[in-house]
Amino acid sequence: MAERQFMRVRPDMPPGHVRTPSYLRGKTGWVERTLGPFPNPEQLAYGNPADALPLMRVRFTMAEVWGADAPHPQDTVDAEIYAHWLELAEPPHAT
Amino acid sequence: MTNDPQNFDGRRWHDMGGNAAGPIPTDQHDFSLWEKRVDALMVISSSKGHFTVDGLRRVLEDMGPEAFETMSYYERWIASVNQNLIEAGVYSTAELAARMTEVAARGPTYGEASDG
Amino acid sequence: MPHDHHDHLSPSGHPYRADDDHPLTYWQQMEIAIRELLIEKGVTTAAEINAQIDAMDSRNPSHGAAVVARAWTDPAFHEALMTAASAASREMGFDIGPMRLIAVENTVDVHNVVVCTLCSCYPRNLLGLPPDWYKSRAYRSRTVKEPRKVLAEFGVTLPETTTVRVHDSTADMRYIVIPTRPSGTDGWTADALADLVTRDSMIGTGVAKSPKAA
Repeated sequence: MAERQFMRVRPDMPPGHVRTPSYLRGKTGWVERTLGPFPNPEQLAYGNPADALPLMRVRFTMAEVWGADAPHPQDTVDAEIYAHWLELAEPPHAT
Repeated sequence: MTNDPQNFDGRRWHDMGGNAAGPIPTDQHDFSLWEKRVDALMVISSSKGHFTVDGLRRVLEDMGPEAFETMSYYERWIASVNQNLIEAGVYSTAELAARMTEVAARGPTYGEASDG
Repeated sequence: MPHDHHDHLSPSGHPYRADDDHPLTYWQQMEIAIRELLIEKGVTTAAEINAQIDAMDSRNPSHGAAVVARAWTDPAFHEALMTAASAASREMGFDIGPMRLIAVENTVDVHNVVVCTLCSCYPRNLLGLPPDWYKSRAYRSRTVKEPRKVLAEFGVTLPETTTVRVHDSTADMRYIVIPTRPSGTDGWTADALADLVTRDSMIGTGVAKSPKAA
């Protein structure tokens, strides 16, 4: 996965220790930068050996996260999301 | 998010982003010595490899929302540090139990109980 | 344990909460017991615990302010900070331990604000411990959804032409905001500039002080 990729956060809702906030699940955004690899916190939390994963800073618009009628739709939220939560998505077409 | 187990949607209590909430509280307090010791014990015992900050967070999350509302930050931290150290086998529940009883017997205040 | 040199004033100048006079709580009892067990089992020592308390006490917003002021006055350091903030902070002599830092910069077009919605992640190894409000339900809940209303409660209002960028500190990185350098400070030394940099301005819930207010 490279920077500037357009990604969707998986809409999964697993139990247990997860660092993907649910307000971002199912949402799409651009990779702002790639970090890591870092060990998977979902495994470290239980004292288990952890896979090393790329970590992506993904940028979401407020419109994407909260809806087109968000008061400031072009303000943004950036969050660090581990690669296994991200899928490539089709970028929005320019109109 | 719902509190009805039959209709639980998977969203956990600590996952707060986007929830409705009131004004940002402005009160601030300095930490007491026992709280700074809790912080130090977490940093030291995790840096020595007995558990990770992920384990600390996992236990804090599993305590549930009532703990967040009724316990102070460092009360929750020492409970989580303990849980992690017990799981790591650094000491046993029996050892902790005996020591806690002995500590309490030294006197009714933190100062007296610390003089071991 | 031998008498502890911490038993007087906290670094802020306020007395510690008077735990010594209050009834021992269950959780304090647990802390004492765990500390003693860890020492007896050789996991740590009393000296190491005290050294860690001292190290955390010594970390405070003035360290971050010094980093910001140097970025304002030294273009090469500014570039280094924006590229590799941890290395740049260490190069200034700050012991930030293993912390991984990202600096995000305010401009006339962009205002950054940092939150940890899932817990209370904060660049503590540079700025010291976070304020209580940063860890509150209200801040963690509202900042990613209505950042401008949250900023307004802190007295910060931004024009529509400025984009607000919220950073949710969800994983391994920690964030410091580089506030905009106040106008009217041409020729100021880094030390003088650092006095204008507030803790809240490095979280994004404030701006640097103007020369008249300082």
